[in-house]
Amino acid sequence: MDAEVKSRIEEILKNPVVLFMKGTPDFPQCGFSGQAVQILEACHANYAYFNIFEDPELREALKEYSNWPTYPQLYINGELVGGCDIIIDMYNKGELQQALASVDAVAES
Amino acid sequence: MTAEHIKQKLNQALQPDTLEIIDNSAAHAGHAGTQSGGGHYHVTIVAEIFNGKSQVQRHQLIYKALGDLMKNEIHALGIHALTPSEKTKGTQ
Repeated sequence: MDAEVKSRIEEILKNPVVLFMKGTPDFPQCGFSGQAVQILEACHANYAYFNIFEDPELREALKEYSNWPTYPQLYINGELVGGCDIIIDMYNKGELQQALASVDAVAES
Repeated sequence: MTAEHIKQKLNQALQPDTLEIIDNSAAHAGHAGTQSGGGHYHVTIVAEIFNGKSQVQRHQLIYKALGDLMKNEIHALGIHALTPSEKTKGTQ
């Protein structure tokens, strides 16, 4: 993998919570990315997002970096949490809320 | 047919106790992802190999087994990955 793209990925992963998605939270361009956004909103999460359609090179490189071939991909503390299925599952068990709280990424309501 | 292909690859790589594949492609016909021909599938896999592995690690094993299929043939893959003992207990 190109070192420049890799360092760009690592730069983005410095965000405590970041969602790599298709489209934006306001205009998700895939149902799975939209569901991931909804779950994060339901958790009142403070999160960064990256629209992978805006960067085809990074889109391909991140798949290789994480050994994960699909989007969305949610990262907390630089670690891959999972895609849509895992996010929903963790939310239903209360584990996602805990993980977000552990990095202080839950907005005061 | 892709579902058969998925089955073959997963059987070979993970030697599952149970493997079910549902083809949901028809439900997503017409949206952007399907125009390139990629299908939507859901797999339920029960396999010993998942023992002691996190959900992320289980999914990564499945993706690795599918390899290039994930690039074109499969647009989206729902995954339910369990160990035999989790299956018996009915937990997820």
